[in-house]
This record gives sequence, structure tokens and C-alpha cells, in this order.
Amino acid sequence: MEENKNPEVEVKEAEAVTAAEPAGKAAKKERPAKKEYVPKTARGIYFKRYWQLYAMLLLPIIYFIVFKYSPMYYVLIAFKKYSIVQSVSEMPWAKNHGFEYFIKAFKDKDFIYALRNTVFLNLLDILVGFPIPIIFALILNELRFKYFKKTVQTIAYMPHFLSWVIIYGLALQLFAPSTGLINLLLTKMDLESVHFLDEGKNWVKTYIGLGIWQSFGWNSIIYLAAITGISPELYEAASVDGANRFQKMWHITLPGIRPTIVVLLVLALGNIVSSNFDRPFALQNNLVMKNAEVISTYVYKNGIKGLQFSLTTAVGLFQSVVNVIFLLLANWFSRKMGERGIV
Amino acid sequence: MKVDMIDERRGIYSLKIRFGDYVIVFLCVLISIICILPMINLLARSLSGPDYLIKREVYLWPKGLNFDAYATVLKDPKYTKAFFWTVFLTVVCTFASLAMSTLCAFPLIFNRLKGRKVINLLITITMFFNAGTIPNYLLMQKLHLLDNPLVLIIPGVLSVYNMIILRSFFYGIPDSLREAAEIDGASFFAILWKVYLPLSKPVLATLALFYAVGRWNGYSDALMYMKNKDFYPLQLLLYNILNNINQVEVSTQEGFSQPGLGDALKAAIVMFSTIPILCIYPFLQKYFIQGVTIGAVKE
Repeated sequence: MEENKNPEVEVKEAEAVTAAEPAGKAAKKERPAKKEYVPKTARGIYFKRYWQLYAMLLLPIIYFIVFKYSPMYYVLIAFKKYSIVQSVSEMPWAKNHGFEYFIKAFKDKDFIYALRNTVFLNLLDILVGFPIPIIFALILNELRFKYFKKTVQTIAYMPHFLSWVIIYGLALQLFAPSTGLINLLLTKMDLESVHFLDEGKNWVKTYIGLGIWQSFGWNSIIYLAAITGISPELYEAASVDGANRFQKMWHITLPGIRPTIVVLLVLALGNIVSSNFDRPFALQNNLVMKNAEVISTYVYKNGIKGLQFSLTTAVGLFQSVVNVIFLLLANWFSRKMGERGIV
Repeated sequence: MKVDMIDERRGIYSLKIRFGDYVIVFLCVLISIICILPMINLLARSLSGPDYLIKREVYLWPKGLNFDAYATVLKDPKYTKAFFWTVFLTVVCTFASLAMSTLCAFPLIFNRLKGRKVINLLITITMFFNAGTIPNYLLMQKLHLLDNPLVLIIPGVLSVYNMIILRSFFYGIPDSLREAAEIDGASFFAILWKVYLPLSKPVLATLALFYAVGRWNGYSDALMYMKNKDFYPLQLLLYNILNNINQVEVSTQEGFSQPGLGDALKAAIVMFSTIPILCIYPFLQKYFIQGVTIGAVKE
């Protein structure tokens, strides 16, 4: 106890010393030069002490300003007529009070498809894909053999580490129309072979299926962690009362991870108009564009490839704004339900 | 007393294996098979002779076992060059990202730091609002980063999500350690270097894995900002090969002269670009589980 207290005393002394000395020196040296710098002592000491922390933050802050905030200035071209020779401020404003390109986007059939597909695919992802990691976590939690459990986990996490290009490569081999494993098995069972990747509706199923395959193991980690947090006494009490395994799962484990489920669901719903680029772009091909084009790939094709910068910036801005609104709404709803928010 | 399941955490032990256990083991085996089946199929196809593939005889075991496809991949400087370039890129990016994340996370755990809240807010906003693809593209143009290999390193050097994981971990380290060092007159750099970093090895390993996997698997930045094929990362090269883009120059390989590349060769290339990650992640499993869990906890 005494040993613990001593440093505290020293802290105070040390601080008093450092507070007195440099302040005194600084005051003598600098006061004649800069008369107006009044709150010298406190601030001077503060920076003398903490300048290192600010020095550390320098690079990250520059990074955020340059790569995260400065591009926000270019968002203005959504409201302007883009020209390659002019700077953003020189470009003339677009028609219709600057909203010309937003109107143009909503008149563009391809954009409407992209918007529809984005929402539709995200909804399907949630509807089909959301419960699976929960179920997997519950199953894994009931597994009694430690090493076997670890092996299953390692295998189930594997797909998360594969890039979408690799998964596309896997899918091409697995689903190849005549020689792929799945179609070989289908024809063996006297069923017709299926074009998984180049027929619109099948493509959607494959897209969702591969998404689940890639992420269910990884997403279960968080539920498994939440399950670890449930008090063992609850299970013991339930055992004493004669509850069976399924009853315990239903009445203890599931309610125990409810907050986690709600937060993740809210987050997923909030991201309903957002679109990841890697997954749809790697999986799509020209035959399925009507079902596969999403906003991010639309922006890439019409913007970076098609050079319609104003139009695609408008689309991107629309997506960002709607996304933020959805997230805030979801957050508000989650709080209203009495659960933890995400923001 | 009858107890119906064994669970060390819950302090319940029973050696009796019940019917339910068989069901669960069965389900787990099934799930594992689903996860690993595509990889086995890929491996089998990459090792099979092209004739057997066309004759539809390859299931999960290679037929006409040969390593021609792999030999072709390894002999072609295009793949090996892209491979080593991507390895180099991954290593550089991982270290740069770890350094940046540390520099960003460490100062922000000091409650006394003035301006900390503002900085935190500004960083959090970037998680929810992104300028968008085209503004970012125009920025790269302005900074003369288009077609510059640095574009594959700098713009993604700091991930807010990973930084928050690290910050949460730093928060968990007792303040008393830091204060003791401060009293001994250690500078903040010394505290970071000698106290915080040694204690943070597990979480740093996790972040290194996340950053490395992100770089290894990423292709969209190269797709958007890179036209010079010499600097294509492996994944983008793979994408072009799978989609038979620029197939003319490669289709002259002996034995694979059908339009585009033979399936076996494609499978071999996919395998080739997957293996490094598959070799690393199982060893870091203990750590990344921790990382994901920390990341889920709000500040």
C-alpha cells in the first residue's frame, strides 16, 4: 500500500517542480518579446509536455485531411458541368439549379436498375444471410469436443480470407456449365445442368450463396464472443430445473446475445443502399448485367470508364447521403427499442 | 446427479455422449465440408490432365495427375513477377499501416489531450460519409498518383476501423503503467515504444493480418488508378486472366492453346494466389478472434 502511495506523492511533487521551473524560465525569456501572450504558464507547460503527442498525430491528421476531407470538395462537381480544363470553382453550374445530373440519373434506366439491384441484393443478403452466422454460433457453442471445435472454426473462417476474385475463380470451376463439380453431380442425378453464373436469376442466388459462404464463419465470431459473456449461473440454474439443451439455447443463449443481434441487424439495415465494389464487380459478367449492376459498379463504368464525372459524382453523393440518413434512422430506431445504438 | 452437457466454462462435466452430440458433430462436419469443398475441387482440377476435365471425369480427386499447370505458372515471369510485387506491396503496406495506426491511436487515449474530441469526431465522420469514387479519382489525378505505384500504398494506409481496434486495446492497458513511466521522465515516444507496443503484440499481429489480407486481396484500387500493367497486383492479373482479358499473348503456351486459358491452368493460378494467405491465417486465429471482439466493443 505504501509503495503504491509514494509515487502519487512524487507525481504531485514532480508536477509542481516542472510546473514551477520551466514556467519561470519561459516567463523570464519570453515575456519582454511577446507581451500579449498572457495565459503563458498553463499553455506553455501544456505544449512543452504534450507536443510529442501532437507530433505523432501530425501524419494521421494530414492523411485524413488530404485523403478523406479534401475529396469532399470535388463533390461540388455533382452540381456543376464538368470540364477537364477548368478547375472546380471555374466550372459553370449545372442546369435546374445545379440538379441537372441528379435528374438525369433518375431518368437513366441503367441507374434505376443499379439502385433497385443494390437494395434488392442487400435485402436478400440480410434476409437469407443474417440468421446463418447466429445459427452457426449456436451449433458451435453446443459442440463438446474442444479440438474438433477449433478445427471447424479454422475451416469456417477460411473463406473470409479469400479475395472475391479468387472466389470468382473457385465459382467458375465449381459451377462450370458442363465440367463443373455441381453440374456433374446434377447430370448424374438426371437433372438438367444449371447455368449458375450467366443467367440472371441463378446469378442472384449464386451471388447470395457465395456471400454467405464467404462470411458466415467470420460473422459468427462476434456471436460466439457474446455467448461467452453469458453468466454460467444461468445455465446451471436451468440444468437444475431440468431444462434440456434446446430449451437452454432458446431461453438463455438467444436472449443473452439479443443486444448483439439487434446492433448488427441495425447496422446491416442502415447499410442497405451502400454497395461494396469488389464482390459484385468480380462476380458479374455481361450476360447478367440487368440483375448484377449495382451503384458502385455503375459509377465505375460510367465515371472512370465512361468519363461522365458529373453524373456519377451525383450518383455517389446521392448514395452517401441516403446511406447516412438510413444509418441515423436505424440508430434512432435501435435506441427507441431500448438497445444500444451504433453511433 | 444427472448433468446433460460438458462445458468447461460452465463448470459442467459429463463424459456421456448423447444423441444430440452426434447431430451437432454431423452438422459441423457438413458445414466444414461445404467450406472446404470448392478448394478441394480446385486443387483436383489444377492437378488433372486437360483431357480428363473435358471428359468430365474430375470430381474431388485429380485424374491424370500432373503438375504441368503449376510448372507453366511458375515458368511464366508474368505471374512470378506479379507475385513478388504483391508480396513486396503487402509487406510495405502492412508496416506503413501499422505505424500510421499506432501514431493515430496512441495520442487519442490521453484524456488530457486538448482537441482530442474534435479529432475523434472528424475521424468518426469519415467512417460514415465518404466523398465517393469519382471525387477520390479526381484527387488522385490532382496528386499525380494515377499510374504511380504509390497509389496502391498511400490512400489505404490507415483504416479507421483498425485504428479503433488498436485504440480500444490501448485503452485497456492500465493507466498506472503509463503514469509510472511518465514519472520516471520517459517521453511519450518512449512510453509508446517501451510500454505500449510490447504489450500490444497480439493486437498488432491481428491488425497486421487484417491489413495484409486487405492489400493481398484488394484489386479495385489498381483497377481504377493503375493502367501500367507492370504494377498490377496479383489479384487484378488474376481477374483479367479469369475473364480472358488480353488472352492473346498467353494463349500460345503449349498444351493450353484453346481460346483463353485451360481450366487447369486457371485453377493453378487461383491456387497460386490463394496459398500464401491460407498458410498464414490459421496461426493467427487466436489473435484475430480477439481483434474482432475488441472491434465490436464501442469506445
